[in-house]
Amino acid sequence: MTHNLSDSKILNLKKIANNIRKSIIEMLTEAGSGHTAGALGMADIFTFIYFHSLRHDPQNPLWVNRDRVVLSNGHICPVLYATMAHAGYFPKEELQTLRKFGSRLQGHPDRNFMPWMETSSGPLGSGLSQAVGMAIADKMETGQKTIYAILSDGELDEGNIWEAIMLANKEKLSNLIIIIDRNNIQISGNTEKIMPLYDLKDKFKSFHLFTEEIDGHNFEEINGAILKAKINKAGPSVIIANTIPGKGVKAWENDYHWHGKVPTKEEMELALVELGNSSF
Amino acid sequence: MLNQKLKLNAKIFNTDPEGKVTSYGAGVEKISTRQGFGDGLLKAGASDEKIVVLSADLSESTKANLFAERFPDRFIEVGVAEQNMAGVASGIASMGKIPFIASYAIFNPGRNWEQIRTTICYNNQPVKIIGSHAGLSVGPDGGSHQALEDIALSRVLPNMVVISPCDSIEAKKATIACSKTKDPTYIRLARNDTPIITTEETPFEIGKAQIFFAPEIGLAHVGIIATGPILYKALMAAKDLEKMGIKVKVMNLSTIKPLDEKAIIALAKETKAIVTVEDHQIAGGMGSACAECLAQNYPTLIEFVGVHDKFGQSGTPLELENKYDIDIASIIKKVGDILKRKI
Repeated sequence: MTHNLSDSKILNLKKIANNIRKSIIEMLTEAGSGHTAGALGMADIFTFIYFHSLRHDPQNPLWVNRDRVVLSNGHICPVLYATMAHAGYFPKEELQTLRKFGSRLQGHPDRNFMPWMETSSGPLGSGLSQAVGMAIADKMETGQKTIYAILSDGELDEGNIWEAIMLANKEKLSNLIIIIDRNNIQISGNTEKIMPLYDLKDKFKSFHLFTEEIDGHNFEEINGAILKAKINKAGPSVIIANTIPGKGVKAWENDYHWHGKVPTKEEMELALVELGNSSF
Repeated sequence: MLNQKLKLNAKIFNTDPEGKVTSYGAGVEKISTRQGFGDGLLKAGASDEKIVVLSADLSESTKANLFAERFPDRFIEVGVAEQNMAGVASGIASMGKIPFIASYAIFNPGRNWEQIRTTICYNNQPVKIIGSHAGLSVGPDGGSHQALEDIALSRVLPNMVVISPCDSIEAKKATIACSKTKDPTYIRLARNDTPIITTEETPFEIGKAQIFFAPEIGLAHVGIIATGPILYKALMAAKDLEKMGIKVKVMNLSTIKPLDEKAIIALAKETKAIVTVEDHQIAGGMGSACAECLAQNYPTLIEFVGVHDKFGQSGTPLELENKYDIDIASIIKKVGDILKRKI
């Protein structure tokens, strides 16, 4: 584990994230339905996890000593699928089967179809509980794994999340890293209008969790936060990642309407051109 | 007479010193099914280190405390948070362990039904869900605590196995048996001490129904299918009916899912009249499961003894079974009703 990312490493991660964004846009356009904004917003975090920090083996996806990634807000699964395909878990061409009958890439993650995902998810609020369970089980054994739980901010409306946070703290789950996609939108509008979350950092601190707040598109900040979380042995860590929903396509950024809709073919073409011209 | 091929408790029909037979077996040893679960869990936990137990602040009531005291490192107290408990157990199971989650049936699988559906059944994780204090027999706690819907809630879920043991010994065996399977499983338990119907020697197999009572000679006129401790009342009713010259068979249907269709169809073929008995809503319960099976395979007259679309209230179990028509007299009445329909 390197403590600082080299410029070439950062450039490489940016290129991968950019390609993942292209795949997300292509697959969602082909599918004709799905969730665009959150998937694009989390491309950098997923890239960092799968291409830098995760102990895993895409050629041996069920390797017992692997770290675990639990995607709780399952509706952003296009970013998970695209990242896994780019990491080599399955062919990239398969991304075009998203949401189609018989596809391994179900509309929401379903490990009956794709057992290389750690959980099936979609109904909000229960992924953190499952990650807490994995962390507890790991602590009963070697305690050597890192369990990453990825949550949305809108999902924090669910009471189940706070039940899980209290237990994670009680059990001092230092092998658990919770990443909150703080993009300020949910399906019906702005999070602060639908159900105000206020200062999330204060909330998590009051639950006695080691809490960091970062720019979720800055690889150095992501790296620093995950390193600090791994060093923290007192208990679980929370990383509040401020992200831009729809990140990468200017016309879609920060517009909650893109939470649950997909591009038309024309919108896709424009977006791909925009991403193709990205300079790093 | 009792089917002694199954080595049942021969003292089951004992009466109290005054010779009075009651619904609660005054002359018979009584232990709660939750106690049987606690004993079974201790035994299973001793032989398999993969077994982990989670409790939502009710470890004494559910008897999970027996395990907690013996294996504190494999016991997790999650607080009053049944939804979290279900999800956490799913995560623990995904790492190769066998978690038991224990609470009252009204909360588990009531309060946390969607978490059970998605994180346990949809993910097909081997979590064992223990719902204690099920049924009207909870008594004084009142209607809010009397789970009468849990069989319906659990049996509707794909991958789920549903077991409702008739006594503490069967509860112990069911607990040990389910700890060895990969299936999500719901075990329904009762709070009160109830008669010991079986013995340690009585065979038990998940998914297998058994005939506990049969006429001495000849075919039965009516087949009674019961699940849970209320089976005792069905046996007492059978004894009374025998005296009236009405021949019945009584089946212990402790596994409600997967349903022993072969045994149920065989009983229907013999009797052409089935009465189901359960301490649960009629809608969606064990009787419904039998009706679904028979309607498709061997349409048969059926009467249901169970709670008819009502919530319970405070009272003694005896007062409640009488008020909600799940007592011995109600079973006898339904047998009479179905015999009239049969003609």
